[in-house]
Amino acid sequence: MKRFLVLAGILLSLLDVSIAYCSGNWSGVDESVVEKIAGEHGRHAIEPLINTDKGDLLLFVFLLAGVVGGFAAGYYWRMLMEGKGKRE
Amino acid sequence: MLNILFCIGLLLLATPAHAMHISEGILPLPWAALWFAVAVPFVAIGLHNLKVLAKDDLSWKPLVGLLAAVVFVISCMPIPVPTAGTCSHPCGTGMTAILVGPFISALIASVALLIQALFLAHGGLSTWGADIVSMGIAGSFAGYMVFKAFRTIGAGLAVSAFAAGLLSDWATYLTTSVELASGIRGDSPFLPLLGKIVIAFIPTQLPLGILEGAMTAGMVVLLYRKRPDLLMKMRVIKAEEMPA
Repeated sequence: MKRFLVLAGILLSLLDVSIAYCSGNWSGVDESVVEKIAGEHGRHAIEPLINTDKGDLLLFVFLLAGVVGGFAAGYYWRMLMEGKGKRE
Repeated sequence: MLNILFCIGLLLLATPAHAMHISEGILPLPWAALWFAVAVPFVAIGLHNLKVLAKDDLSWKPLVGLLAAVVFVISCMPIPVPTAGTCSHPCGTGMTAILVGPFISALIASVALLIQALFLAHGGLSTWGADIVSMGIAGSFAGYMVFKAFRTIGAGLAVSAFAAGLLSDWATYLTTSVELASGIRGDSPFLPLLGKIVIAFIPTQLPLGILEGAMTAGMVVLLYRKRPDLLMKMRVIKAEEMPA
């Protein structure tokens, strides 16, 4: 676990430095590839049915999704590992 | 200190994901309907398989729950790719296909994609079918078949899982390119447009596929160390490969 944290820390530091010095605008490939090329052919994205892409609302729903998803992953991981304990 | 650095790094990366999912309205309705028609049987078989397996063995439920949560989180997690200056996300379907099979993996991806389309402005409802086909079906089947092929020729668990993750990611983006090129081309020739889209994806997806391979190998090896019995039950490893 300690080795993983060291490795993750080094990788993230390298990534942060490279992000700071890279000239890209960090748009997603849906924007920089899919929507760009579709736009060139006359197809444009329309507003989604439930549009959460308004101000910081999108950050909030992504944070919520991360919390719920992370909780569920941890919960089920624990269930799997407890299953092992019960067998032994 | 390392933990704090790790958390700061994660916070700096935390932005809404915009990646392979095809957004609402990009595909013309007939093409969107076609991809729905392709996706439905795979998802239906996945649902049937899950019901049958969960009835006989309760340990499938937490495993499928874990994989669903992992696929949901990582498929909306933007990863900055410094070589391209863009962001994209892994898919996780190679990993799920290895562990629970390609049909259940397609079902898991369809649920993750629906939630993302409904609440995260990520993908679209009209393009849900196309996104299931690229991420759920192409990604899962590519990952599953590559893993089985590598195991058949005697490759180790980690190497096979790495190759499966890598190629499932690339297969997903190749399929997205096909869907996009066929849907938007109008009178333009198909192959040059397909080539243009694939080439545009390469700077981001080439390194990201390697990351996806590493994540897939890491997850499979972790499960092998913690619950090898599960892997044997799911026919990922053979009885003679069980650790002593």
